[in-house]
Amino acid sequence: MTHSKTIFTALVFAALALYPVFTGSYGVDLVTKIMIYAIFALSLELLVGATGLICFGQAAFFGIGAYAAVLLSPEGSAPSLLWLLPACVLASAAYALAVGALSLRTKGAYFIMVTLAFAQMAYYMVHDTPLGGGTDGIYLTMKPVLGSLLDLDKSTTLYGFTLLMLAGVFGFLALLGRSTFGRALAGIRVNEQRMRATGFSTYPYKLAAFTISGGIAGLAGFLFAVKDGFVNPEMMSWHLSGAVLIMIILGGLGHLRGALLGAFAFALLQEFFKSEAVFGDFAKHWHLGLGLSIIASVVFLPRGLVGLPGQLKVRLMGRNSLPEVRREAV
Amino acid sequence: MDFSIFLIQCLNALQYGLLLFLVASGLTLIFGIMGVINLAHGSFYMIGAYMAYALAPIVGATLGGGFFATLAVGVVLAVLLGYVLEWAFFSFLYEREHLQQVLMTYGLILVFEELRSLLAGDEVHGVAPPDFLAGTLALGDVMTYPVYRLFISGVCLALALGMYFVFTRTRLGMMIRAGSTNREMVQSLGIDIKFLYRVVFAAGLGVAVLAGMVAAPVSSVYPNMGDSVLIICFVIVVIGGIGSIRGALLAALLIGFVDTFGKVFLPQAAGVLVYVLMALILLWKPDGLFKAG
Amino acid sequence: MKPSDISLGVLPATSPALSAVPATPAVPSASAIPAASALPAAPDILLRGHDITRRWGGLVALDGVSLALERGTVHAVIGTNGAGKSTLINILSGEIPPSSGRVELLGQDVTGCTQPKRARLGLGRSYQRNTIYPTFTVFENCRLAAQAATQQPWQWWRSAQHCEASMSAARQAASRAGLNELLDRPAGLLSHGQKRQLEIAMCLATAPQVLLLDEPLAGMGAEETERMLALLAELKTGHAILLVEHDMDAVFRIAECITVMVNGTVIASDTPDGIRNSPQVRAAYLGDH
Repeated sequence: MTHSKTIFTALVFAALALYPVFTGSYGVDLVTKIMIYAIFALSLELLVGATGLICFGQAAFFGIGAYAAVLLSPEGSAPSLLWLLPACVLASAAYALAVGALSLRTKGAYFIMVTLAFAQMAYYMVHDTPLGGGTDGIYLTMKPVLGSLLDLDKSTTLYGFTLLMLAGVFGFLALLGRSTFGRALAGIRVNEQRMRATGFSTYPYKLAAFTISGGIAGLAGFLFAVKDGFVNPEMMSWHLSGAVLIMIILGGLGHLRGALLGAFAFALLQEFFKSEAVFGDFAKHWHLGLGLSIIASVVFLPRGLVGLPGQLKVRLMGRNSLPEVRREAV
Repeated sequence: MDFSIFLIQCLNALQYGLLLFLVASGLTLIFGIMGVINLAHGSFYMIGAYMAYALAPIVGATLGGGFFATLAVGVVLAVLLGYVLEWAFFSFLYEREHLQQVLMTYGLILVFEELRSLLAGDEVHGVAPPDFLAGTLALGDVMTYPVYRLFISGVCLALALGMYFVFTRTRLGMMIRAGSTNREMVQSLGIDIKFLYRVVFAAGLGVAVLAGMVAAPVSSVYPNMGDSVLIICFVIVVIGGIGSIRGALLAALLIGFVDTFGKVFLPQAAGVLVYVLMALILLWKPDGLFKAG
Repeated sequence: MKPSDISLGVLPATSPALSAVPATPAVPSASAIPAASALPAAPDILLRGHDITRRWGGLVALDGVSLALERGTVHAVIGTNGAGKSTLINILSGEIPPSSGRVELLGQDVTGCTQPKRARLGLGRSYQRNTIYPTFTVFENCRLAAQAATQQPWQWWRSAQHCEASMSAARQAASRAGLNELLDRPAGLLSHGQKRQLEIAMCLATAPQVLLLDEPLAGMGAEETERMLALLAELKTGHAILLVEHDMDAVFRIAECITVMVNGTVIASDTPDGIRNSPQVRAAYLGDH
């Protein structure tokens, strides 16, 4: 990692750590939600940004993690975090393994649409059958605990735990990115043909990335279920798959901090367009502003927010900067 | 299962399948020929349905016409919209990566939905079929079948035949087929590829809009109605093979039957059935049933 | 002026001076040292194609093509466009399956093996179009290629830079291909000739025994061609090289064996002198097609 990137990332995490000190419960709640989206976005970044696999069904893994949290929790007692969290991550990873094994036989546009359809399968499973409580969703009766150490009912504790998870996922993906496995994924993204010609069987690598990505999305879903205490089929909706895709592109593909930036930017855009203070009655039509912003970001920010300093540099100083050589994805 | 009930379900399946084919054909053409993934295609269907709802009184008042006049006006407006939309928006998507196309057309869905909300509100509305098509046909002693549904099937079938004729018998069809296999060659032969794309796009949009208009009396109009149609159409395009009209027809009919009979025999699993079917087909043929053509 | 295709009278009448290129040894068909049993030593065949046929629907792209690559030799395949050279190389490398026929690598039947599997068994391939990683540095290009031979995907916490095996293999390959000065340059910024060098370097990074080179001289100037030919001559020892090329001068200088293909079949397969004097080849290129 170059120095400026490390410093930037460190500052972001420091700011997040100190944030609860300066805000009230609404702020803490909002940023917890954004951090969960950031974990969700990081999971997709591994697939799209690092490996070049455009998955349009990430919400399924998110939703499975959430539903598993509720369905696996016993009725009367608070479940232990120690087994519930891994169980939810494994559940999502398992579905990702199955979906990946089938989808990775296809390429390009087919792959995009196949992943979408598999997510729809999961959606209808919880929407149409009594399995997931139908359209009403189900409630999480008691939040998981870690003995007497962690009471996730308290919003600041949950905030801290989520921040810890975010930092852990970020660190894990940063290490993964520069490992031999991560470099292989990058090679697959840039030139899969050459990878195969030198002797890499690319399918197992892609499947592994797909599974890990699903597991991380499941972690995000688990946290979301714990936070809201409630799950419903909309957590598997393809609109959510679209939203997380927008987050990483808005932030900047190929950079872990892009996923962070994108999650924040997207959530703040939503809050902005929904705010009645700014738009009054029109606020209920916030999808319009969001849709236009998405279109504008694709046109004007081709490299996302992460690429904005570079874009400005080119505009101000002319085209004399070499293309970025991405040795590491952070 | 009683024979007349079976017959009714078959007719329903046929009607549903043909309607899906109409919408999916536009999607597969735009995808196969221009290489654009268009998520907003479901919105075109929605626009058609809302046009059937909103235009009928206007056409009745100004032109004194009825159902078919409304359809005609709707199609003309759709083609115009297609022309403008292609020029102003979609032409920018041809050279872009799939990911950018996905995002921009996703943004377009949001914009269309809110425009719909602003112009036509958020309530569910019924659309009445014209009187001369509103009756029923007797099937055997007890059962009857709505004439309008037969009308829908008829319209879709007629359009399908029309498309077949255009593709195989006309110069335009030949250029379209050539354009889908080799864009640069067609351009170097002096054929105006921009014009060709505009025509294909407007036709694809027009067909989807027409499908929405014709189906409105059966489906009603309601917010986000384009969503489910969109996803199913993508499944059809994937199963049938991108760019293949033949494949779209076969896949649409297949899905029409699986979905209709699935709802009868396994109501809870019906939603999932279509995706299971897709998974099985792709396991067998990762590029869909037919290649483009 | 380099011929990009075989045309009238371009077959070199005599071998050009071999000043820059070391003398090519005669095809070792019989060992110089007679063994006690007086049997000639078997040629060391590293890659063999048996009766390879490939059909695309009604079109026959390859019809019963056989060839053998011996260690220490360059075996060139020449022919007009559409002769089936690309198809042949794709079948040998494993990218397309043959309709019938066999491919044997180091004595093993690899007809059913995927390309990565064959690569791991010792088959390297370079492409006619630059198949490099343009956004990585030259060194990282070589290192990632070398990593294919020592894949250790489980150690996710360890940086790839700590994999000494791939790092040293990359340095060696880059050095052999003459890229020492360019290691930190993003590969996309290299000149065409340098990219072709990188193409070869990546091929060498996994230390394969058989090299399939698809038009490595394409688009190269005279000086770069000399450098590449010197490299190929040096690479011969220990490797078997299949060379698909259009540059006739280069082919006749460097190859021990030349196979001539027309319309998917082999019309001649012999030493350069044999090809020069072959009536079939003359008929195909100088007479009526």
